[in-house]
Amino acid sequence: MTKRLSSLASFSLALLAALPTALAAEAAPAKIDTGDTAFVLISAALVLLMTPALALFYGGMCRTKNVLSTIMQSFFIIGIISVQWVLFGYSLAFGPDISHFVGSLEWIGLNGVGNSPNADYAATIPHSAFMIFQGMFAVITPALITGAFAERMKFSAFAVFTVVWATLVYDPVAHWVWGVGGWLREMGVLDFAGGTVVHIISGVSGLVIALMIGKRKGYGSEVMLPHHLPMTVLGAGLLWFGWFGFNAGSALGANEIASNAFVVTHVSAAAATVSWVLAEWLMHGKPTVLGAASGCIAGLVSITPAAGFVSPLSAVAIGLLGGVICYLSVSVVKAKLGYDDSLDAFGVHGVGGAWGALATGLFASKAVNEAGADGLFFGNAAQFTNQVIGVAASCLFAAVMTFVIIKIMGLVMDLRVSEAQEMQGLDLSEHGERGYSYQDLVTGSPVSFAALESQPVPATKTSMA
Amino acid sequence: MRKMTKIEIITRPEKLEALKEGMNKIGVTGMTVSQVLGYGLQKGHREVYRGTEYNVNLVPKVKVEIVVCEVPVESVIETAKTVCRTGNVGDGKIFVYGIDNAVRIRTGEEGDSAILDPADIHKLK
Repeated sequence: MTKRLSSLASFSLALLAALPTALAAEAAPAKIDTGDTAFVLISAALVLLMTPALALFYGGMCRTKNVLSTIMQSFFIIGIISVQWVLFGYSLAFGPDISHFVGSLEWIGLNGVGNSPNADYAATIPHSAFMIFQGMFAVITPALITGAFAERMKFSAFAVFTVVWATLVYDPVAHWVWGVGGWLREMGVLDFAGGTVVHIISGVSGLVIALMIGKRKGYGSEVMLPHHLPMTVLGAGLLWFGWFGFNAGSALGANEIASNAFVVTHVSAAAATVSWVLAEWLMHGKPTVLGAASGCIAGLVSITPAAGFVSPLSAVAIGLLGGVICYLSVSVVKAKLGYDDSLDAFGVHGVGGAWGALATGLFASKAVNEAGADGLFFGNAAQFTNQVIGVAASCLFAAVMTFVIIKIMGLVMDLRVSEAQEMQGLDLSEHGERGYSYQDLVTGSPVSFAALESQPVPATKTSMA
Repeated sequence: MRKMTKIEIITRPEKLEALKEGMNKIGVTGMTVSQVLGYGLQKGHREVYRGTEYNVNLVPKVKVEIVVCEVPVESVIETAKTVCRTGNVGDGKIFVYGIDNAVRIRTGEEGDSAILDPADIHKLK
């Protein structure tokens, strides 16, 4: 009798225990977790910081006369793509699915994207937090492309291209991989934080534009040196910092996966810093600072798709190889093929992103993340095949779409500045400003200065600016 | 007006301080210094950026311009040769020019009195 009673009691206890869980599963969509929300919002701010960091990273690598134009391209994208994202970009990427290919316009102008959670994407944070976190990714992706056409693209052409590309390339590919119903997501392609969506498509598109608009004047015959490497190193440091938001934040919660992503992100960046410097040291006799800065970015790119699915030891391998692969692509392959990818958008992001996506298919492990998959090295060759398909599809789509966009734009507008403007530098010819004036003699007079307008025209003056 | 001579010394930047001291010792009271770039027998160096190597031909040098009247040109040249010499290519060159006139803008003095240190002006008289 007692036995029976106790078994009955334990049964009802189990029922009681199970009940709240069942209820919680149903009620979960409305339950906002403050820790998760705080973490994702801070991560969004960290990812935002990456775009000005990229501006510095790229800005330091170009020549003095083009530093502002290069910085401006990244900075202006923060403005233009944030607006595009809110108006219709977010809806195209994450809105209700149309044929597994793109989101519908149902969420246009953030219609229906409120502050209660959307359980399909992140059940414990406000939908608006998820939206703005993703918005920072949409911002940095076209900014990465600018490295490929730096020092020669017209600003107007750049601005048009950016909006069109974000709409026709980024938003659909983000939907394929991350959107509910996206075909690559349904196929099981793993891309934790954007190796495919961010790095492959930006790198490949950059390469296509670089090939289409041609080399900078004097490329290959003149010396074109980075004008301010400390600026590049500062940019790389800030990118490294912001990347913790990019990768760990992609867990969309303050949890074990976020912590794992944080650790492997750091480990991979560190390993690639070492391997790039060593590779360059062996081949050219000097351990360079630009190599160290480039290496950390190569490592960060490589780990991005894998961050939520691999162990720290796998991250060492991914980073070490990523550093060497990217180094060889910018130093050997680029020189052999002769294209002018000015600041190596393709060599680092395209190649590093592809390596990372494939490496995810090799090193992913369910022991790290139940929701992920096992890779080839953990006995699941199918995952590697999936990753290959993901890489191939995104490369092909980005290349074809960019080709078409640039072809059509070329019919209606100039893509490149004139030769004279290129010689003068884009800072002056496109923006009417100079990046540095502390050692320049400047001569002239104010053209319009409200306080002076009633007075006689001032004489031409020369001054140390 | 006594004969004035300009001596132009192009040499290694790291020799500037020693050159200045040497000139002070022999009574040269002023000089004009510029940072310049150039090449001669010294052909520059190699730089590497992301695995791309460049030969950078121009080497940074300093150009020191001195105009003398009292101080013998030979002792300026001797001093410069002594302090700037390392024995390797890249030590630099010395050029000597005659000067037609000199004007001190503040006072309008011309000729040798324009380049003389005012403290030494009594020596002239």
